[in-house]
Amino acid sequence: MIAAPLPAARFWRLSIAGAVSFLAVWSIAALSGITSREFLPAPWDVVDRFGQLLVQPFAGFVLHEHLLSSLKRFAMGFCLAVAIGIPLGLLMAWFRWVDRIVSPAFEAVRFVAPIAWVPFAALWFGTGIGGPVLIIFMGAFPPVLINTYRGAQQVDRKYIEAAQMLGASAFRSMTQVLLPAAVPSIVAGLRISAGLGWQSLVGAELIVASSGVGYLMVKGQAAVSTATVMSGMLAIGLVGLLIDVLLRRAQMAIERRRGI
Amino acid sequence: MSAAQVTPTAPGAPPGASASLSAWARRLAAVVVTLLVVIGAWHLLTAVTGIVSPARFATPAEVGLALRQIAIDGYGNARLHEHVLRSVLLVTMGFTVAASVGVVLGLAMGASRSVEAFVNPIFLVLRPIPPLAWIPLAIVWLGLGDAAKMMVIFVSAFVPSVINSYTGVRQIDKPIFEAAAMLDVTGWRYWREVLVPGALPSIFTGLRLSLQASWTTLVAAELVGAVAGLGSILNQASQDIYPAMILVGMISVALCGWGMTQMLGWIEQRVMPWRLRS
Repeated sequence: MIAAPLPAARFWRLSIAGAVSFLAVWSIAALSGITSREFLPAPWDVVDRFGQLLVQPFAGFVLHEHLLSSLKRFAMGFCLAVAIGIPLGLLMAWFRWVDRIVSPAFEAVRFVAPIAWVPFAALWFGTGIGGPVLIIFMGAFPPVLINTYRGAQQVDRKYIEAAQMLGASAFRSMTQVLLPAAVPSIVAGLRISAGLGWQSLVGAELIVASSGVGYLMVKGQAAVSTATVMSGMLAIGLVGLLIDVLLRRAQMAIERRRGI
Repeated sequence: MSAAQVTPTAPGAPPGASASLSAWARRLAAVVVTLLVVIGAWHLLTAVTGIVSPARFATPAEVGLALRQIAIDGYGNARLHEHVLRSVLLVTMGFTVAASVGVVLGLAMGASRSVEAFVNPIFLVLRPIPPLAWIPLAIVWLGLGDAAKMMVIFVSAFVPSVINSYTGVRQIDKPIFEAAAMLDVTGWRYWREVLVPGALPSIFTGLRLSLQASWTTLVAAELVGAVAGLGSILNQASQDIYPAMILVGMISVALCGWGMTQMLGWIEQRVMPWRLRS
């Protein structure tokens, strides 16, 4: 039998014990002198370095400027995925022939990991903005398309029949019947695609970029500065978490309005 | 997909078998026709009309030549099957280790609130970090060799296995636990006959995600730097500005990823025969 939830006091004691032992093992390993501090910094060294990166430029910029340029790329790739994915998903749900053409191509391309687009991204769009944006797009696009399509397909037939009886055009049926009905599914898809897009961005910046958090980490790696690399991981994790929390808020707000 | 739907009807049902065979043939024909159309259109766009510049995208013939070159003479330090073997082997090893540790930890977290409370804070920190972000750290610590690849594969496969095994246990119906308690099922039998089978569907969802993540991460890690492997084909071809070879690399990555997912699906059916094939 799964035990009942722990009493709050015991839960917190155990959680704190877990966190403390994690930090303790890490600190002891760092201080033991098995390796140099450069190689394995103590937790507080990472926090120090994180603070330092916020004021001292590294790899050309300070940390929040790197973050800003990462976020700019992310926003472009993500918006592109949304701008293409939602209309295409609706078209696929409404017109069978669009579905027949797009689905096989989409299924084939989906098996290519987003990161495998790096060479073509660099070749076609260069390493500034375009290349990384293509890779984010490749990561973020599939969930938007799939969720829009599925959401639109699950619309109650009654609404479609009613719209058709009232003489709605294909455009109006898609924008005023399918789209509103698919919104909860679309928002759920957006959350997945934001996560995948953010992750693809990090990969893209490791390989093709000259600014951004991924680039900062590559430079840290080249300088064998583990603290810099870990600061980058921390920043990426925090921003990823922030994006997810914002989208979850939006999702919950929409579901509450819909009474789901 | 098609094989999974066709095979169950095959034994002992002659009319069904012939019907499924012809359905299978029709499916095959559709795939072949689609492929021919795609390659024809591709040939028209690149080789015949030149709408897509040959410097940016390869023609089908060039891809054929590149495939021949890498399969026979080798490219980027190794021949194609050596690249494939190396990558697949690395993913299989890293994935197996990570999944075994991850599933056990996840089940333990699901079964015991104390373990959950203890491990959770560590997870809260590690979980939001995307697997690809571990690559620079792995390179700093372990260099460009196989050890670093194993580390990133491990990290990327570990988190999804833990989370899904954990939710799998928590989703088991309460009456099953009550029955187990009533029948006094404890210790090893409790794990083997209650926790694992109950959580298995969710465990496999996690394994699927883990496999995908470890494959993507390995390709990325090889792109950043490697002696051989599918990612290093892409890296080399990108440096040589060789679009045909880039395409060969991408197609190989996709096919291997697809093949491994199919393998996992096959294992899933063997492990969970009671689950209806939908």
